[in-house]
Amino acid sequence: MNILIPIIVLGVMGAAFGILLGVAAKAFRVKKDERIDQIGELLAGANCGGCGYPGCGGFAEALCQGVANITDCPSTKPENREKIGEILGVQVGESVPMVAMVMCSGTCSNVVLNHHYEGINDCVAAARYGGSDKACPYGCIGFGSCADVCQFGAITIENDIAVIDRDKCVACGACVNICPHHVIKLVEKKQRTFVKCVSKDKGAALKNICSAGCIGCKICEKNCPKDAIHVVDNVASIDYEKCVNCGICASKCPKKIIDFTKIDGTKPYVKTEE
Amino acid sequence: MKLLAELVLLSLTTILANNYVLVKFLGICPFLGVSKKVGTAVGMSVAVTFVMTVASVVTYFVQMLLVHFNIEYMQTVAFILVIAVLVQVVEMAIQKFSPALYGALGIYLPLITTNCAVLGVALLNVQESFDFVHTLVYSFSAGLSFMLAIVLFAGVRERLETADVPKALQGFPIALVTAGLLALAFLGFSGMKF
Repeated sequence: MNILIPIIVLGVMGAAFGILLGVAAKAFRVKKDERIDQIGELLAGANCGGCGYPGCGGFAEALCQGVANITDCPSTKPENREKIGEILGVQVGESVPMVAMVMCSGTCSNVVLNHHYEGINDCVAAARYGGSDKACPYGCIGFGSCADVCQFGAITIENDIAVIDRDKCVACGACVNICPHHVIKLVEKKQRTFVKCVSKDKGAALKNICSAGCIGCKICEKNCPKDAIHVVDNVASIDYEKCVNCGICASKCPKKIIDFTKIDGTKPYVKTEE
Repeated sequence: MKLLAELVLLSLTTILANNYVLVKFLGICPFLGVSKKVGTAVGMSVAVTFVMTVASVVTYFVQMLLVHFNIEYMQTVAFILVIAVLVQVVEMAIQKFSPALYGALGIYLPLITTNCAVLGVALLNVQESFDFVHTLVYSFSAGLSFMLAIVLFAGVRERLETADVPKALQGFPIALVTAGLLALAFLGFSGMKF
């Protein structure tokens, strides 16, 4: 008889819990938005995090709730954007095409190598100890942490400096976030003039460690017809609201560190090796 | 006042000297599995603390039921059943009533269903024949001790990510070595007299 008691007690407990779970499942059912899965399939699917949400799934959910805008995602194809707009029933606005740019010209031939770093080949780790072999504490470290995080294979390391393939770049911003020296910036794709230096060192000090650094001479500032370029913290910076891509600053720059591309794709003022 | 002092003592002993993960070696699986980032470690340990406390309260009454029928030997089976059901119900309820909390804890809750630390607390409560208040404090402190261990460990592991680890030790081996060192450090607390 004794064996019956535990069987009955646990049996009753199990049955009661079973019923409880069944009831709870009904009472607590949450309706899931069908559109989330549909939109998820149309998104780029790279989970790059450029939109600020945890992956494409999170972004799809935010879209359905109406808190996000499809233009927040730089990597979705235009035709898919329209389809998503149809699902959501909203008009899709045009987004400004952006691209990531490496604001440094410190290739191994330009910058002085004044110490020997023997740690892990990782920019974030190297930045903790004062960077790679390069003397400049502001520029591209060149271990390619940005290339590692790029989901689109747009970044390569050439001559110890990151080079971004403008056609592959979707401006997700992953490299911008990982770069410990904040050398990579997102710029509008139609922009063709860039100051390729971020060093805050004074001209005299900078001259000794890098031949391709902004010395803050203000020649660009004086020659700009639109008052769009100014030297701030010993480095020239362009106000893209005003810049008209005339290329005058690039032609006047004595160090030839202002990168200017003509509409036909040629670069008239590239620094030549002496 | 005496009770309060006793409860604080119980809590401190559980968190430090009898740390659930590093001294009692319970809940090792989530300790190693969910400790790669501090953020997820915090989420997981909050969920564990929550489930531990609720499970102990419920098993306290289940134990009374078992004693009533003289079938205490069915304790383990009954407790596992209770905890599994409890986690399921809690998960559903959170999903319904607090989507924000579900977003933070949701993915960890199913992991806790068969967590030995949760079952361990329920069983130890009975073994130590705690009354209701002691049960509550003990199980909550057990959750905190889990939190302390896993968050500390996650912090160390985040740093290990960029450390230059010999090839043979990369990944789990170095994590286990670290866990061992952490456990050694906590062994120091057992010499303290509270």
